[in-house]
Amino acid sequence: MSTFPSTRSRGGIRLILLRAWLPAGLVAAWWLASASSTSLYFPPLQTILETLGADWAGPSFAGHLLPSIGKFLAGFLIAAVAGIFLGLVIGMYPALRAAVEPIVQFLRSLPPPVLLPVGLLVFGIGASMNIAIIAFGAVWPTLLNTIDGVRSLDPQLTEMTRSYRLTRAQKIRWVILPNASPQIFAGLRTTLQMAIILIVVSEMVASTNGIGYYVLNSQQTFAVPQTWAGTLVLGALGYLANLVFIRIEGYVLRWQAGLLAITGSGA
Amino acid sequence: MRMTETYPQTGTGSAPGSADVVLELQALQKSYGAAKILAGVDFQIRRGEFVCVVGPSGSGKTTLLKCMAGLLEPSGGQTVFEGAPVTEPPAKLAVVFQDYSRSLLPWMTVWANVELPMRNKFGKAERPARIESVLEAVGLAGKGSLYPWQMSGGMQQRAAIARGLAYQPDVLLMDEPFAAVDAQTRIELEDLVLRVRAEFDTTVVFVTHDIDEAVYLGDRVIVLSGAPTTVSRNLAVDLPAPRNQVRTKSLPEYARLRAEVFELIQSAKSHATIR
Repeated sequence: MSTFPSTRSRGGIRLILLRAWLPAGLVAAWWLASASSTSLYFPPLQTILETLGADWAGPSFAGHLLPSIGKFLAGFLIAAVAGIFLGLVIGMYPALRAAVEPIVQFLRSLPPPVLLPVGLLVFGIGASMNIAIIAFGAVWPTLLNTIDGVRSLDPQLTEMTRSYRLTRAQKIRWVILPNASPQIFAGLRTTLQMAIILIVVSEMVASTNGIGYYVLNSQQTFAVPQTWAGTLVLGALGYLANLVFIRIEGYVLRWQAGLLAITGSGA
Repeated sequence: MRMTETYPQTGTGSAPGSADVVLELQALQKSYGAAKILAGVDFQIRRGEFVCVVGPSGSGKTTLLKCMAGLLEPSGGQTVFEGAPVTEPPAKLAVVFQDYSRSLLPWMTVWANVELPMRNKFGKAERPARIESVLEAVGLAGKGSLYPWQMSGGMQQRAAIARGLAYQPDVLLMDEPFAAVDAQTRIELEDLVLRVRAEFDTTVVFVTHDIDEAVYLGDRVIVLSGAPTTVSRNLAVDLPAPRNQVRTKSLPEYARLRAEVFELIQSAKSHATIR
C-alpha cells in the first residue's frame, strides 16, 4: 500500500497506458476503416461522433439521458434496499426462510423480460413501469446473496454478541450486516448489470423517452448515426455506473481487502 | 494479601462464608442426546479469586464454561451468579474466547471492537478514557486504530482481553485463551492477566488444559475428571504473590502441586480410556 510517491505516480501513469492502448487503438482503427464508408448501416465514426455531440450534448441530454439515469437510479436503489432489507429478515429467521424459499426460487427463475407484458398491463407506459421492471427484475441477486451472507455468521461471533448482550439492532448494525457485506456487494454488482439491461429493454417497449426508446426509435426511422450514437452513450453509461460502484465497494469493503491481502484469499 | 484458606475437597453445598461467593455451580449437568458430558459439577468462586479449571481434553471444559456464561442451558442443576440463577448471559460477566480470530470483528478497528460491548453500559463521554486505560493495561496503548488482522495473535488476544475488561465485569471467564499463541507470547500473556486482574479487581475463572498454567496462575485449581465430568479435586494454591515465572516455578510447593494435578489428570485420562 505505502510506496514512495514518485513510484506510485509513475505506476499510475503506466497503469493508465496499460489500460488505454487497446481501446484507443480500436477507436483509431474504427475511425480509419469507416472514414470513407458509404454504407447506410456503417456510417463513418466521424459522423456518429458529430451526431453524438450535437444530439446528446443538446436536446437528448435533458430529453433522454437524464430520464434514463433517473429511472435507472430509482430502480437500482429500490432493488438494492429491498433486496438487503428482505434478505436480512429472511436470513435471520430460518422458519421464514423455509416458507419463502420456493417462492423466491420461482420468481428469480423468471427471465425478467417476461415481466414486460404484465408490467405494461399494470403500470402502462411510463417511468413507473420502467422503474418497477428494473426493481423487480434486478432485486434477486442482492436478495439471495444477502440471505446467504446473513446466514454465514460464525457461531462464535453469535456467542460473542450474546455474551456481551448486544441488542438486536446493535447486532444487525455492527455484526450481521458487515459480515454479510462482501456477499451483499457481489449481489449488488449483478443487480447493477441487470438494472442497466432492464432500463434499456423496458424503455424500448414501454416508454416515450430515455436511451432505450431513442435507440429503437432511431433504428426504426433509419436514423443510423443516431442508433450508433445512442448505443455508445449506453455503453458509456454502463461503464461509468460500474466505475462508481467499484469505488463505493472498495471503500465499504476496505477492511476485507486488507484482510485478504494478509491471510490469502483461500482463508 | 492472599489468605491461607482450606477448601473442601469437593465443593458441595454452601460453604461457610458464602456471602462473598460470586459464582456457584450446583450439580450442573449437560448431556447431548445420550452422551453425558457434565455429570453434576459443583464448585464456588469467591469475589476476587483467580480460579483455574483444568481437565483432560474432552472433559467438557468449554461446555462447562458456556453453562457458566449463560450461553448454554444445562440439562440439570444450575449456575448461580451473584445470587440469581443464570438463564441468560449476565450483564456483569464477560467471556474471553479461545479463538480470538473468530471473536474480534475484522471490519472494526481494535478501538471499535473494545467499544462495542460498552455501548449498553457506558455513556458516550465515558468511553474514550476507559478504552484508553484498558488498551494501556494490556500493552496496546496507541494501537487502537489498527484492525485485528494487522496484529499478531498475541496482540489480538490482548485486544480481546481489553474488550472483556472494558465491559467492567465482576467475573471474567476465559476459555483456554492462550491455547493458540506461541510459548513466549503465552508467558507474557499469563503475567499480563495476573497484572490486570489486580489492577481492575476482577474475579477470574480461567479454563485451561495446561497444568503449569493452571498452577502458576490460580489461587485455586479445580481439577475435572474425564467425561462424564465431575470435580475430582479442589486445590488451594498456596504460592506467594506476586507470581514470578522463574521464582514461583522453582518453589517446591509449585512442583508438588503440579505433580498432584498431573496425576489427577493422568488418572482421569486412563479412566476415560478404559471406559
